Amino acid sequence: MDAKELIARRVALELKDGDLVNLGIGLPAMVTRYLPPNIDVFFQLENGLIGLAPLPHPGLENYFLGDAGGALVSSVPGACAFDSAFSFGLIRGGHVDLTVLGGLEVDERGLLANWMVPGKMVPGMGGAMDLVTGCKRVVIAMIHTAKGKPKILKKCTLPLTSARRISLIVTELAVIEPTEEGLVLRELAPGVTVDQVVEATEAKLIIPSAIPEMKLAA
Amino acid sequence: MHKVIGLTEAVEMIPDGATLMIGGFMGVGSPHRLIDELLRQGRKDLTVISNDAARPGVGVGRLVDAKAIKRLIGSHFGTNPEIGRQMIAGETILDLCPQGTLAERIRAGGYGLGGVLTPTGIGTVVAEGKRQIEIEGKSFLLELPLSADFALIAAHRADYSGNLEYALTSRNFNPIMAMAATTVIAEAAQIVPVGVIPPDDVITPAVLVDHLLEREKLNGR
Repeated sequence: MDAKELIARRVALELKDGDLVNLGIGLPAMVTRYLPPNIDVFFQLENGLIGLAPLPHPGLENYFLGDAGGALVSSVPGACAFDSAFSFGLIRGGHVDLTVLGGLEVDERGLLANWMVPGKMVPGMGGAMDLVTGCKRVVIAMIHTAKGKPKILKKCTLPLTSARRISLIVTELAVIEPTEEGLVLRELAPGVTVDQVVEATEAKLIIPSAIPEMKLAA
Repeated sequence: MHKVIGLTEAVEMIPDGATLMIGGFMGVGSPHRLIDELLRQGRKDLTVISNDAARPGVGVGRLVDAKAIKRLIGSHFGTNPEIGRQMIAGETILDLCPQGTLAERIRAGGYGLGGVLTPTGIGTVVAEGKRQIEIEGKSFLLELPLSADFALIAAHRADYSGNLEYALTSRNFNPIMAMAATTVIAEAAQIVPVGVIPPDDVITPAVLVDHLLEREKLNGR
């Protein structure tokens, strides 16, 4: 299993029956492939839909229905469409149960930076700042390091996405929960040791006496 | 009242340097015929308020390709490398705001509000230079309204009077932009007789639409 699949499988277990869920583009969008059985969840598109579904077949594209990355998609029976102000009312107003986003950096305070690399990346926070500020739970799905360098830092060096602490970090090595006291190492990926996680992390980790193995299926 | 206007005539109303709101999200729900005609007529120095710049060759990205935009106000430009190049070269000014804030600033512009208070952006670079207001122990940023000379709107269906109905995610910023500009020009994929769109399905009432673009000619007819 590659690293991204492992992360997506673990994140999928965070989805609960009846949740309204918003997935970021890239790795977070892979979560739809590994949904636990027997739960109904609704996926929101920030560009104005509850009830995202994959495109049934090439050639059946509907040019009035795209996802937040601009790809043409489909909708489930019972879907609902709305304008951008309403869509962000859902997000900012706390009506979205869970958002899964990628991360460039997360720090000891549980603060996220994921929208700008000054001088390198064309900037744009899109919906990220509203999602992190307003959704009930914010899960960050990301590869633990970038080119061997830690992304979980003492303090973010990049511009922050929000002043609100995120709920959970899921990487290919571990599940880490930001708390009032600091970052708590909650789960280890199969075959991964505490030392490996500490080695790949700049931030101080709170390490409980017993740490379960990361579950990858319900 | 007759509102139908030809494509050439519609775009001739828009001067160089105008401020335009352009509907659409990554090109879905953008007024593609109006954008093409802006390019054909060589309009320049535009200030454009639009969620994103799509990709080169797509939607608002076509105006970027033609260097027709002097200032762009939106939430996400990462999908268009050309706008990044123009920003770094100092050719185009980018004003970024969070997507929900952009939607609310446009809504405020159209709804007669003096601004909106949002928690989004508190504690980030977005808050720099803005008033921060405490309400019942919570911090909010005061974000100011946006308005424009013209709104270029794309609808799924219009009726002859200019009532507009939208489809799926092509609705996005179109209905709020139709409230926030001095002159509203709408293009619709279909135009149907008055009464065909049920009252409950009209999202943008005809009274907001100043000009309805004539039907696209098929096979030159």
